[in-house]
Amino acid sequence: MSVFMMQSTTLFSQFNYIAVIILMMVGLYVVFASRNLIKKLVGLSVFQTSVFLLYITISKVSGGQPPILVEDHVSSDEALAAAATQAASIEAAHGGAHHVVYSNPLPHVLILTAIVVGVATLAIGLSLVVRIREAYGCIEEDRIEGFDFDYTLEGISK
Amino acid sequence: MTMLDIFPNWLLAHGPAFLMALPLLLAAITAILPNEKIAWFSSFAVTLICTVTAFALALNNIQNGVSVYPLGGWDPPHGIALVIDALNAPILVLIAFMAVITIIYALPATIAEVEPKKRAPFYAAFLLCMAGLLGMVVTGDAFNVFVFLEVSSIATYTLVAMGASRDRRALRAAYNYLILGSIGATFFVIGIGFLYMETGTLNMAGMARILHDLEGGSRVAKVAFGFIIVGLGLKLAMFPLHMWLPGAYAYSPTPVTTFLSSTATKAALYLLLRFIFFVFDPDFEYVASVLTYVLVTLGVVGMLFASMQAIFQIDARRMLAFSSIAQVGYMLLGIGIATTASVAAGYLHLINHAIIKGGLFLALGAMWYRFGITRISDFKGMAKMMPWTMGAFTISGFSLIGVPFTAGFVSKYQLATAAAGAGWWWAVGVIVVTSILAIFYIGQALLLAYFQDPPKIEGRTVAKNEAPLAMLVPMWMLVFASIVIGMRGGVIVDASWRAAIFLLGGGQ
Repeated sequence: MSVFMMQSTTLFSQFNYIAVIILMMVGLYVVFASRNLIKKLVGLSVFQTSVFLLYITISKVSGGQPPILVEDHVSSDEALAAAATQAASIEAAHGGAHHVVYSNPLPHVLILTAIVVGVATLAIGLSLVVRIREAYGCIEEDRIEGFDFDYTLEGISK
Repeated sequence: MTMLDIFPNWLLAHGPAFLMALPLLLAAITAILPNEKIAWFSSFAVTLICTVTAFALALNNIQNGVSVYPLGGWDPPHGIALVIDALNAPILVLIAFMAVITIIYALPATIAEVEPKKRAPFYAAFLLCMAGLLGMVVTGDAFNVFVFLEVSSIATYTLVAMGASRDRRALRAAYNYLILGSIGATFFVIGIGFLYMETGTLNMAGMARILHDLEGGSRVAKVAFGFIIVGLGLKLAMFPLHMWLPGAYAYSPTPVTTFLSSTATKAALYLLLRFIFFVFDPDFEYVASVLTYVLVTLGVVGMLFASMQAIFQIDARRMLAFSSIAQVGYMLLGIGIATTASVAAGYLHLINHAIIKGGLFLALGAMWYRFGITRISDFKGMAKMMPWTMGAFTISGFSLIGVPFTAGFVSKYQLATAAAGAGWWWAVGVIVVTSILAIFYIGQALLLAYFQDPPKIEGRTVAKNEAPLAMLVPMWMLVFASIVIGMRGGVIVDASWRAAIFLLGGGQ
């Protein structure tokens, strides 16, 4: 029983990593198993998204606050003020200690870049599928391979 | 010292940022230029400036050692640093030089192979691709490598797809390349994520220091290493991960094929060297075992398998594509043996192969330009129809085989010597066997070209029709470079030794 408890707690403490692995495997499987060009791109997107989640997960610091400087009250932004009061209340709960633990903001920034890259890749992929459909009249890989095979044999026999 | 004095100080100081910023900026401007001639001229100017800059930086590196350029004035641990050292300076010169060659060649080639309204965007995509390649080689920040890798890759997918006006199979080749290239880049970025978990920094020199202090690090670092090797392996067409390469090389426009074969896979190989020997260390037990058992095995199997596949190809460009996979095997073998001499040989072969394969693809493209042929069986009488083009093809082909007094011989000989020096006699045997296989696949084209008469169409022999000067000049520049390296390879051989000594230390 206790072994099960321990395993289940580690399981839940690493919930994000499990989600990452599942998404990664699902995405890769869809890319390799499906023969439809659009479905492959869907798989690729799921696969890339799992990496976003991985980066976001590693940026979390246990008990960490949003990385917003507490002392700086100049900004009138509501969210900032809310975060600041929240951070201050937690600080108070910790006995008024002056240091605040922040989550690591860097991976978020990296992932913003990676999302842009992912969107660009997806856009190019989809536009290629449009062109393929214009040229071949279908987006099923098996049929396209058939067309290309006939074409190649025609080329040899000439 | 006198050579270096020609260049102004600001060029040497800000050159690294210049290399990637200039093509990026001009790509955006070129994309909206209405006239293809202006687009060509601006791209030509940019590639020329980049070559001069890269050359100046390489000279500066030889004399003054490693230089670090903090981008935006932020110092390395926090900001992104651009680093010029003995490892990447020659690669930068190679990429910029090949871009100039390709751009000169592209002037007639795009007229034949790209639709009129896509010619100006073609140059824009080309500049983006070059900016990405230069960026991923010059940067010292691991995540920045990923960003530039994707910049160059996404530009490449569109460039490959532009071959569709010639052959619709280019579209599927581009699609396959996109799927596998994105998976490769994503594997790479997973690896970077794990490395960041382990070390807490993205600066490659910082990573190297921390991993060294941790004596290789925990399981996280090992997983990171695996992901990075697989990701880069996809990008550089390591043997079982090469499926995207033949299609992408065979169906894209000739300038794109040339530029891809001589720079894109080479930049990925540079990253492999950078990560294996600089960020990680071959002294770590897991790195050493991957080098010995994975890279050498895959390299050797790839050399044999891809060479044999090349012999049975009908399309000459697919033949050269499979030969490229085999040549990547040589470089992986050099990296895998992991002595200073072998890494120098692998690095030398990297540069030589870029020059040789560039020459071969340019010659094939000229044949397509004049006669519309890509099949080996169409080589009949080509020596009479296009003597200069066939001459370039022949000398580059000899260089690929490894005939003495050509670049291919120098690097293959060095690689064999290094393998023998490390006691890997069987590897010497494999190098000889694959060189003999290269005689077969290059030889069958040469036999048809020299010992058969030109074909007759409607009773009349096809007349001589040489390629235009804008194609012959870049082609023969590469052939000349190949011969110069073969006769007296001084500068390039020295550069490869400097790179290997920088990575592994010691040596001769």
